[in-house]
Amino acid sequence: MATDVATTTLGIDHRKLGMWTFLGSEFLFFGAFVSAYLLYLDTTAGGPGVEIFDIPFTSISSFVLLMSSLTMVLAHHAHTKGDLRRMRLWILATAGQGAVFLGGQVFEFNVFFREGLELSTSPFATSFYILTGFHGLHVFVGILLLGSLYVLSLTGKIKANQDVKTEMIGLYWHFVDIIWVVIFTVVYLIPEIAVLD
Amino acid sequence: MSSTTEQTGYAGRPRQRDGFVGWITTTDHKKIGVMYFITVLVFFALGGIESGFIRWQLAQAEQNVLTEEIYNQFFTMHGITMVFLVVMPLSAAFFNYLIPLMIGARDVAFPRLNAFSYWVYLFGGIFLYSSFALGGAPNGSWVGYAPLSTDAVSNMAFYAVGLNILGVSSLAAAVNFIVTILNMRAPGMTFMRMPVFVWMALVTNFLLLFALPIIAVALFMLNVDAVFGGQFFEPATGGDPILYQHLFWLFGHPEVYIMILPAMGIISEILPVNSRKPLFGYAAVVFAGAAIGFIGFGVWAHHMFTSAIGPVARSAFALSTMFIAVPTGIKIFNWVFTMWGGKLRFNTPMLFSIGFVSMFTIGGLSGVTHAIVPHNAQQHDTYYVVAHFHYVLFGGALFGLIAGIYFWFPKVTGKMMDEKLGKWHFWTWLAGFNLTFGPMHMSGLLGQPRRTAVLPGELGSTVELYNLLSSLGFVVLFGSALVFLYNLIDSTRNGEASGDDPWDARTLEWITPSPTPFENFHVVPTITHRDEFWHRKYAEDEAGRAIPVPAGAAEDPDAGAEHDEHIHMPDPSYWPLVQTLGFFPFGYGLVYGNFLLIGLGLAWLVIGMYGWIIEPVAEGDDDEPDDAEQVAPTATAGAH
Repeated sequence: MATDVATTTLGIDHRKLGMWTFLGSEFLFFGAFVSAYLLYLDTTAGGPGVEIFDIPFTSISSFVLLMSSLTMVLAHHAHTKGDLRRMRLWILATAGQGAVFLGGQVFEFNVFFREGLELSTSPFATSFYILTGFHGLHVFVGILLLGSLYVLSLTGKIKANQDVKTEMIGLYWHFVDIIWVVIFTVVYLIPEIAVLD
Repeated sequence: MSSTTEQTGYAGRPRQRDGFVGWITTTDHKKIGVMYFITVLVFFALGGIESGFIRWQLAQAEQNVLTEEIYNQFFTMHGITMVFLVVMPLSAAFFNYLIPLMIGARDVAFPRLNAFSYWVYLFGGIFLYSSFALGGAPNGSWVGYAPLSTDAVSNMAFYAVGLNILGVSSLAAAVNFIVTILNMRAPGMTFMRMPVFVWMALVTNFLLLFALPIIAVALFMLNVDAVFGGQFFEPATGGDPILYQHLFWLFGHPEVYIMILPAMGIISEILPVNSRKPLFGYAAVVFAGAAIGFIGFGVWAHHMFTSAIGPVARSAFALSTMFIAVPTGIKIFNWVFTMWGGKLRFNTPMLFSIGFVSMFTIGGLSGVTHAIVPHNAQQHDTYYVVAHFHYVLFGGALFGLIAGIYFWFPKVTGKMMDEKLGKWHFWTWLAGFNLTFGPMHMSGLLGQPRRTAVLPGELGSTVELYNLLSSLGFVVLFGSALVFLYNLIDSTRNGEASGDDPWDARTLEWITPSPTPFENFHVVPTITHRDEFWHRKYAEDEAGRAIPVPAGAAEDPDAGAEHDEHIHMPDPSYWPLVQTLGFFPFGYGLVYGNFLLIGLGLAWLVIGMYGWIIEPVAEGDDDEPDDAEQVAPTATAGAH
């Protein structure tokens, strides 16, 4: 249990290496859902298809999510300087932006649902909801993690010299963002362009 | 922060290291390994009883010992049990016990996560078996093809959720073992000095890491379709059942190597020790293992040659399937050449290892025949396939794992298993195995279909004879298993004392006393050679012959070393056990579509996670104590 990084074989903290390893697995998780979605792009069974996406709206919420990566970096940076107050501020900003994104997703799901895109409408609908829903779940877990980071840094469980904890959650958060870049492009943008053609 | 004052209160940590509480709160990799092993024995008995009923039903044509529904449940549960509850966790038992010892570490990287993996495995198994009492066990075979498995007549929701729970266990273990192997090696333990078993464990866990998310997706899709009205595999709205097959086998084929590579690693340790020679072509064995890991992801569609995947895909996958036989063949030659010219000792572990090489070769050869598309189409869903995969998984994986049990039993208990009973076990096991599965090649070629509850009488008396032989083989295997069980229990109590190094072994785990002390190594050894322990015991004379090192280097490797180092071992914890109980409400909620239960389960898991995070540590702060002026953050920054 020596967590002193100097004693690890690769010179990386166990927890950080563990997070990297886990994220490697996550890529395949989303990869499989994305392939299913691509297979079912046109399989709408008479229900709504990709034309119901509201690109400007989702672009804005995507932008908010991407910006949260910036505040996450700033939070980690503050933590490496031992500045827990500023770290907490940026953590709050990150979690807030994540919450805005989630709110956008809930709103969007509501709109689609009222326009007739239910989970059981078509394979397209199921794969869309499950793929983006799983991403939303990951954002939600990320917000929980950030919240815990915030609270535990107040109680003293996370100390000024333990920036690896912020870094680890940062890795997860950046992953969730990067996956959204892929999902937004593949799920929303490319099919829309294909429809316009 | 000094946390000794926090010891009392709701989040206090258990301090007991033995007794019942000591077992259920343990974070010691050795105890967890033993717990995996004992649980595997129970599930192995269950899976064996299921197969006994299958063989009873098929002993004669047109028999109805079981109803068709029960038969379907039994063969499905037999498959799931043997794959997910026996072979994989038995490998995990070896990973747990041996990886830290072989790389010179005192525990795994995340000891509580390790306990978590075990409890999730146990509860996942109980969850799956609880289906028998809750309206019927899964009955759509271990592959669970949609849309049959999403149909209301199937109980496959338990399959989808149960296997996903077990997947959580394996994924957590995979992350844990990968980090342990990459990051916790003793000084001097470079990659090419690692024992082959550790190498194979590394490859296996990477396979798990990349294959499990894919099956998780497939199973979750099944779950959504079966319970929540999803349309992934519903042909009526355009869903494509072939997608399920692709996802399943994209996991399913690496899974085959997940099951066989640990056994390959085990016999790569046993053969050199009992041939009194180093492993022939260490680098070739290692790279062949890694190559299998890569190519293993590129052959999955040979399970689907009779599905609509088109001639181009069939040709490509036929080629890649033939190609993957190459690294496997390399390994077989290396094992044979390890034995070639060695001073062989035919003890029980050695016999099982040789059994592995020969039986696995037969299974491998029948496997290559599946690469040929027309032949594959002919044999698809016949008993020929059943014969093939039992030769690789029973004759292969299980023989190797049993060899490992005999070989490392003295390490765990400090006692030898009885050799005479062991040899009885081996020969009856070998005979019973071949009697059971050998005839299936023939009955399959003669057209006997798999997964059919009643053996059709029109297949003729020859097929009936082969089936009777298979059923007799089961009786032999059953008797043999009892011999093994007796030997195991009796040797634990009355076995001869083994001493620390009964086999004159080569690798690091034998450098410690047997049974292994709690902290594994009093002093972490510095590694200068592959087969480090051998080189500490023997030097070479001018002719290259091994001569024992005269000084007592072999006797007490720790002699003369200072013992002033304070050894910090992981504390026990209740939380892995408490947290994983949340998988029950969560799992039943997913099976019955009950959002209240799902919510309860999720809340339980999250609360358990908080308990885990905030529980105090017994001595000082585990991670980076406040008072010790930190070098860690700077070192971390430097490691980017």
